[in-house]
Amino acid sequence: MLNITLEKRPSDSKLMSYLSPIFAVILTLISGGLLFTALGQDPFHALYTFFISPLTDIYGWTELGVKVAPLTLCAIGLMLCFKARVWNIGAEGQFILGGLGGGYIALELMDAEGFWVLPLVLFFGALSGLLWGALTALLKTRFGANEILTTIMLNYIALNWLLYGVHGPLKDPDGFNFPESALFSDFATLPVLSDDYRLNISIFFALFAVAVIWALMSKTLLGFQISVLGEDKAAARFAGFKEERLIWFVLLACGALAGLAGVSEVTGSIGQLNPYISPGYGYAAIIVVFLGRMHPIGIVFASMLLALTYMGGEMAQMDLALPKSLTGLFQGMLLFYLLACDLLISYRIVRKPTARSTGSSSNSAQA
Amino acid sequence: MDFELFTNILFATLRTGTPLILIALGEMVCEKSGVLNLGQEGMVLMGAALGFIAAVVTGHAGLGIIAAILAGMMMSVLFAFLAVTLVSNQVATGLALTIFGTGLSGFLGAGYVGMAIDGIAPFPIPLLSDIPFIGKVLFSHDPLVYLSWVMFALIFWCFRSTRLGLTIRAVGENPEAANAIGIPVMKVRYGAILFGGAMAGLAGAYLSLVYTPMWSEGMSAGRGWIALALVVFASWKAERILLGAYLFGAASIMHLVLQGLGFEASPNLLAMLPYGATIIVLVIIASDAAKAKLSTPLALGKPYRPQV
Repeated sequence: MLNITLEKRPSDSKLMSYLSPIFAVILTLISGGLLFTALGQDPFHALYTFFISPLTDIYGWTELGVKVAPLTLCAIGLMLCFKARVWNIGAEGQFILGGLGGGYIALELMDAEGFWVLPLVLFFGALSGLLWGALTALLKTRFGANEILTTIMLNYIALNWLLYGVHGPLKDPDGFNFPESALFSDFATLPVLSDDYRLNISIFFALFAVAVIWALMSKTLLGFQISVLGEDKAAARFAGFKEERLIWFVLLACGALAGLAGVSEVTGSIGQLNPYISPGYGYAAIIVVFLGRMHPIGIVFASMLLALTYMGGEMAQMDLALPKSLTGLFQGMLLFYLLACDLLISYRIVRKPTARSTGSSSNSAQA
Repeated sequence: MDFELFTNILFATLRTGTPLILIALGEMVCEKSGVLNLGQEGMVLMGAALGFIAAVVTGHAGLGIIAAILAGMMMSVLFAFLAVTLVSNQVATGLALTIFGTGLSGFLGAGYVGMAIDGIAPFPIPLLSDIPFIGKVLFSHDPLVYLSWVMFALIFWCFRSTRLGLTIRAVGENPEAANAIGIPVMKVRYGAILFGGAMAGLAGAYLSLVYTPMWSEGMSAGRGWIALALVVFASWKAERILLGAYLFGAASIMHLVLQGLGFEASPNLLAMLPYGATIIVLVIIASDAAKAKLSTPLALGKPYRPQV
């Protein structure tokens, strides 16, 4: 039996809340090393391949940006929801709807020329995501349906809607029957920053969104109300904050941001609709929010780390012949270790008092 | 609709409902003890992956089932350690379990995608299966369908007339009081979570060894989540879980019904039905909030640590 026990801290430790993500990353790396060893790989070489080699040249960093943009957009929206204790797991569906809605307009405007096409496509993408978020808000505020379950169901519905589109009405008639749409026209494609790389201007959307949401949360009454609602519902009600309106706001904002991420992805690095427009960005963004300590700057850094797990998975597949699904494994481990380490924010580990000094208190925490 | 088609639809409904019954019964026991485990989807996927791998490696589907149950239990121990011992947030931990299970099962199963195995053969019950109609609908299934009925009966009986059932409920309603009268709250919760993991693993085995004898990433397709909604829908009553699961099973095989009636519809659009049905169910549950509150285990989702 372990000779240690947990003791509640008088108040939460600020330091630990910053250290916990670092501990989690270190534990993930150690576990990853052990895993690679078990798979018969040299752990240091494998970890290098997974976490360092993707970033050894400019191209790697621009590819990181390609993935940071959608992750950050989804995560910053989710942050608003989680701040208000609205457990929106639906960024994935809102992302897909954004891609589908924007992509639909892009396909309709295939022959249109002019610089108004792209803003229109982006607008409809964000709007589609927003409407998907609105559905959740309606179900929650009007009917009181649990948002965790409704958003997950909406994610599956969104995915099947996309599949219906690319297998049916949106399929490219000249596409040899592949479940893909036609390639969007140049007027409906996001400009890249440099012709040598895939990085496009969606990274600026992401950084802009981070700045706006940061200002919203730290400088405005609305942001304050959202925080209060999340921390103490009773206090928010007592202060006369309109709870329903705040729930609507966070879900609409998150839907629009995730939708923008989705439409930026299809008009950016993908350039068409296909069944795989999201490699799970909406779910990974949940980890980003927790890892980034629900703070905009933290979210940017956490997005970079999660983006790296996607690139690492690809590198491991190419160089080490390991399955790409390592990405999901590392993401899951990271979140698990983070939750475990977060315990240290409100508890500290102390040596268990010896049996003699505790006397008769028999029901101590031994499990 | 001709009679044979009707028979086939009922038969398929029972098959489709079976994994939902297994997952939902396990989660119900877990929630009765006051623990909300949102990691069902991850545990089901791990059960499906490891069950399939074990069946391929050993060439024995029965060993696959055992491996699946163990896989589900191992995942649930992870959850229990974090949520019970380390008193972490149950919602976040459950989500983490799903994300982790999805990733780990995809990783472990990567080499087995597209492989075919024989799976578990149906076992028509002698004599009974010869009865027209009823024999086909009820008694021509694979052993796991019968097992789901046995598990239902056991759990129904457990909560209706055993001390164990009372103990679990006491822990889920008021852990402080349960602790005060000497019930080992932590142990009961560990046990309930482990049982939930075993059932989820078994459901995974049903998917990858019986329902569609193959492995593909994310093959549970949200059944773990649907089962979570089902438990609330059933107000934590085993008999209603049975009914609800078959209703969902029917919604999931609407394409069979429509084809039988001569309609053509996109399989992707029809695939939305069970998810849409879940949302409708969630709305119905919530509209009767007072009743839902009455049947919810009082301490559900609230971490508990006995004071030293």
